Order: sequence, then C-alpha cells, then structure tokens
Amino acid sequence: MIATVIGIAFLLGGLFFFTAGTVGLLRFPDALTRMHATTKCDTLGAGMVLVGLTFFEGGSMYLVLKVILLIVFLWVTTPAAAHCMARAVYRTQGRDKHAGGN
Amino acid sequence: MELTALLVTCLGLMILTFASLYRAIVGPTPADRVVAINVIGTKTVVVLMLIGYIFQEVPYYLDVAIVYALISFLLTIGVARYIERGTIV
Repeated sequence: MIATVIGIAFLLGGLFFFTAGTVGLLRFPDALTRMHATTKCDTLGAGMVLVGLTFFEGGSMYLVLKVILLIVFLWVTTPAAAHCMARAVYRTQGRDKHAGGN
Repeated sequence: MELTALLVTCLGLMILTFASLYRAIVGPTPADRVVAINVIGTKTVVVLMLIGYIFQEVPYYLDVAIVYALISFLLTIGVARYIERGTIV
C-alpha cells in the first residue's frame, strides 16, 4: 500500500516535469532555449516515471534491474544528444545571435 | 487506484506528445523539429513502459522500449551531424 502511494507520487511528479518541458518547448523563443527545457523533461520526467513504475506489481527483481538500466541509458544518451544538437545549432545559425558580446 | 494512476499518466503523456508534434510540424528551423522529435521519442519510451505495466506484460514492452531509446539516440546524433557538416559520415 505504501509502495503504491510512493509510486503514484513519482508518476505524478514525472508527469509534472513532462508538462513543464512541453510548455517550454512550445513557448520558448529559439532552438537552444527549447533544448534547455526538453532536456529537463527527458532526464527528470522520464527518470521519475520509470522509478515510480518500479514500485508497482508486475515485475520481478530482474525486470526492476532492467528498468534501472533503461533509466541509466536515458540519462547518459539524452545530454549527449542535446550537446551534439546544440553544437550543430551554434555552429550553423547561432554564432552572431548567441555569442553574447561579440 | 494503481491502474487509474497508470492510465492517467499514459493519457497525459499522449496529449503532451501531440502538443510536441505541433512544434515538430511548425518549428521554424530544422533544429526545432529535431528537438521536438527527440522529446517525442523519450515520451514514447515512457508510454511503452506504462502500457507494459497496464497490460501486465512488462518483459516484452521493456525490450521494445530499450531498443526504441537506442534508435532515438542514433537518429538525433545522425541529424545533428548532418546539420553541422552537410554529410553524415
């Protein structure tokens, strides 16, 4: 019972972070700021929802370990992909706009 | 109560996926579209895991989710290199 309540709290927290990231994606002015919002959405939102899923019934210990592997994979790959994307944006279109002082 | 929470989270993520699809279609530059598709990929991974727990068939959906996360990562890296250099390799 207490595990279910903790799991539901994690699910709703993850849904909040996904909502905040999507609002940022829709309302921020250019690509780099949109990337900033969506990276929060990827790490915190997906991490909290997947951690909350491990509190529920339906999986053995082995599956819980695999879910944690999926979380670690997302946490490693999402900032790397965002970094590559931000470098591409900066080198192609943003040098005069985002240089900040030159 | 548990099933209701899973269904509410799943439906909320689907609505947010369609909201992100607006940015993927309208987005003024290709980078905006790629960022939106990356977020849609992450949401798809989470929705797959939620569907696995709703239908009580976690092992199959877990494998599909891991492979989908890998493919989404490769797509973002490939498109970023294409935007940056003009070619992929």
